[in-house]
Amino acid sequence: MTVQSPGDQTVTRSVAAVQAKSRRRRYRPRRALLGLAGILTLLAIWEIAARVGLVDPRFLPPPSEVLPRLLEIATIAPFWIAVGDTLVQWGLGLAIALVLASVTGVVIGLSPFLRRATSSTVEFLRPVPSVALIPLAVLLFGVRIEASLLLIVYAAFWQIFIQVLYGVADVDKIAMDTGQSYGFSTWQRIRDIVFPTTLPYLMTGIRLAAAVALILAITAQLIIGTPGLGLEIARAQNAGLYTTMYALVLATGFLGVLINFGARFLERALLSWHHSVRGEIPV
Amino acid sequence: MLHDTPVPIDTVSHGRTLPAEETLLSVRNLKKVYSTDGGDIEAVRDLTFDLGKNELTCLVGPSGSGKTTLLKCIAGLLAPTSGEVVLDGKVVTAPPKKMAVVFQEYGRSLFPWLRVADNVELPLKNAGVPKARRTELVEEALANVGLDHVPRSYPWQLSGGMQQRVAIARAIAYQPEVLLMDEPFAAVDAQTRADLEDLVRKVRKTLGLSVLFVTHDIDESVYLGERVIMLSSSPTVVQEDLVVDLPEERDQLETRSMPRFTELRHHVYEQIQLAKRGFRPDVAATK
Amino acid sequence: MKKAFVTLGFALGLPAILVVLWWIATTVSPSFFVPTPGELIVTFVETWFGPRLWVDILPSIARFGIGVVIAIVAGILLGMLVGLNRDLRAFTEPVFEFFRALPPPVLIPVLLLLFGPTDWMKVFIIVLAAIWPVLLNTIEGVRAADPVQTETSRSYGISGLNRVRYQVLPSAAPQILAGVRQSLPIGLILMVISEMFSSSSGLGFSIIQFQRRFAIPEMWSGILVLGLIGFAVAAVFRYVERRILRWYHGLKELENAA
Repeated sequence: MTVQSPGDQTVTRSVAAVQAKSRRRRYRPRRALLGLAGILTLLAIWEIAARVGLVDPRFLPPPSEVLPRLLEIATIAPFWIAVGDTLVQWGLGLAIALVLASVTGVVIGLSPFLRRATSSTVEFLRPVPSVALIPLAVLLFGVRIEASLLLIVYAAFWQIFIQVLYGVADVDKIAMDTGQSYGFSTWQRIRDIVFPTTLPYLMTGIRLAAAVALILAITAQLIIGTPGLGLEIARAQNAGLYTTMYALVLATGFLGVLINFGARFLERALLSWHHSVRGEIPV
Repeated sequence: MLHDTPVPIDTVSHGRTLPAEETLLSVRNLKKVYSTDGGDIEAVRDLTFDLGKNELTCLVGPSGSGKTTLLKCIAGLLAPTSGEVVLDGKVVTAPPKKMAVVFQEYGRSLFPWLRVADNVELPLKNAGVPKARRTELVEEALANVGLDHVPRSYPWQLSGGMQQRVAIARAIAYQPEVLLMDEPFAAVDAQTRADLEDLVRKVRKTLGLSVLFVTHDIDESVYLGERVIMLSSSPTVVQEDLVVDLPEERDQLETRSMPRFTELRHHVYEQIQLAKRGFRPDVAATK
Repeated sequence: MKKAFVTLGFALGLPAILVVLWWIATTVSPSFFVPTPGELIVTFVETWFGPRLWVDILPSIARFGIGVVIAIVAGILLGMLVGLNRDLRAFTEPVFEFFRALPPPVLIPVLLLLFGPTDWMKVFIIVLAAIWPVLLNTIEGVRAADPVQTETSRSYGISGLNRVRYQVLPSAAPQILAGVRQSLPIGLILMVISEMFSSSSGLGFSIIQFQRRFAIPEMWSGILVLGLIGFAVAAVFRYVERRILRWYHGLKELENAA
């Protein structure tokens, strides 16, 4: 079969287009198979390492025991309660951080004075590792979920806040002036000019914050003992139920994968209408 | 595919061939078919021509005539489906040492993390040229393109025309025998373009290079070239191989106002229009 | 001169106001949970500028430094290897995707079980946590190398290790450093909590001890130490990044101005 290149297109360009399309199409099954092979290889290495006895077999149960155990615990209520607790802390913390960071981000971002006045404080507070607050959280809240929330909100806040600042800084001066000259109210300007420009940045911030929030939720459960998957892992370890512990670790990983995919999906879905999907600001 | 009757090769649609001792680069029955899932795309059908020593040849053809494909095959960046490219008696299978390419996208072809002089120096460093000799070659090349005052700048701090000069300096510092240029001035403004055209002619003369200059600009091809090879539309064959019998000293004002220049330009223009309308010498010959 | 004063005023204004407010609040109504600024400073000096500097702070920082450096070097090397090979990329993608998503603190009980509470286990945890952003960003940065740059390299015979050194690595540098920026805080988190979970020394351990003994000013001074370390790490990173990516920031500024 022969394909004629369409009149205006250069050969190079039409070839590149066709090749890109075919690469996407043809490559998919091959890629999926390779990916599957990768997973199987990892499981095989794990299985062999466990069987050969490189380490005490009690401490490293093989996947052929861990995976069935995961299916087993997935049928009982306490597991799902722990998953639920983890998700509640994660979601609530993220939501609080989102509201706080968007509001303060827009207010500070829109005012050059506030931006200058706060920048040194922000630069000092942002790098403070949120786990430094663990003792404070314990002191204030014990093992209640507020302890988790304190850590999650602190960590997630900065991720979103910084992206919102970048986004607001990106707002077109001329668009703002035009809005003003047409008699837009401040609220209208924020809604119709600032928000659409900032949205891609905000989504990046949310995606980064979602991953960090899960890390902090699990950390709080593991270290402080707030209810959730992290606490269950610590308990299984203390009780010497190592197969269960590994199963729970896997479950936590799958939860993380779900959250990552969810955040990426949300970002793409929300920004698909956006004419200028921007590259990520490396923060 | 009614007209897919075999074409008598070697009778039509070939460029000029030269005796071996005058030839630097020969292209023989070059054919390039891209195979894709959506079917094969025949970009170049059958090209044969020779490039003489110390000659400036322009390749001109309508948009979509496979110019870039041809150039990449010659440069050894793309393997031809059949036929061959021979440089100095050796078949080209990979980018040869005696060849340098100047790409159209100067902004992306120069490395933005290297300063001007470092960009020019990099291919020499890679080739293992000693430091002292490198410095010498870089300085010479930059002086040749009139950029000896900005070696410490980054390329992106310079204008488009100056960036393309850096790319040319990088090419000539590499000391090639053949310089391939792929629509190098398509993205610069008219004034800069005229300056760069004269620069290419000057550099070629001082350094005694052979240049193969691909362009879609008819004026440019006649003004620059000693020979103009016109390409048909894709799948490409040679439409015509024309000797430009203008005086060797070219001048933007004088040369362009010569009656002979206008005639040649007119002729090339007609041929390209024919090519655009789909006239093909290979098909015409079989009728 | 005046400009310098204004800049200084902006830099110190808000922190000064916050400290004064804190001082007034804790002086007017003393709280068990919050020390006064003066108390905190005295405690900070007394607590940390003594044997603790050598027993707690420096070993913690050393573990963090070693772990993060290993993570960065290994992440870049592995990322180059995987990023330059399409099949290897497909082969590793789901596995890497899983490890990136796995919250690293859950590895602490696992590694504790396998290797015991040694220094190297703590370093290893930092490596395992901090490597993913660097690794995945390197893969992505290498994969996205500009085709024109790649052709330029090829046409000048720049291939193999030289191509990696002169073209691939520098062109991926902005993305790699974005990965490093994400991995530093994660390394810091793991430094602290690996010590909280199982240790008899280190910053994380001491801070938890203070909290358990209700030594509140000491606990706050520990939080301050961690904050200062975080700040210092961010400052060092910013300095290094500015130096390595001077070309990149210049280029971006120019593009944004256009």
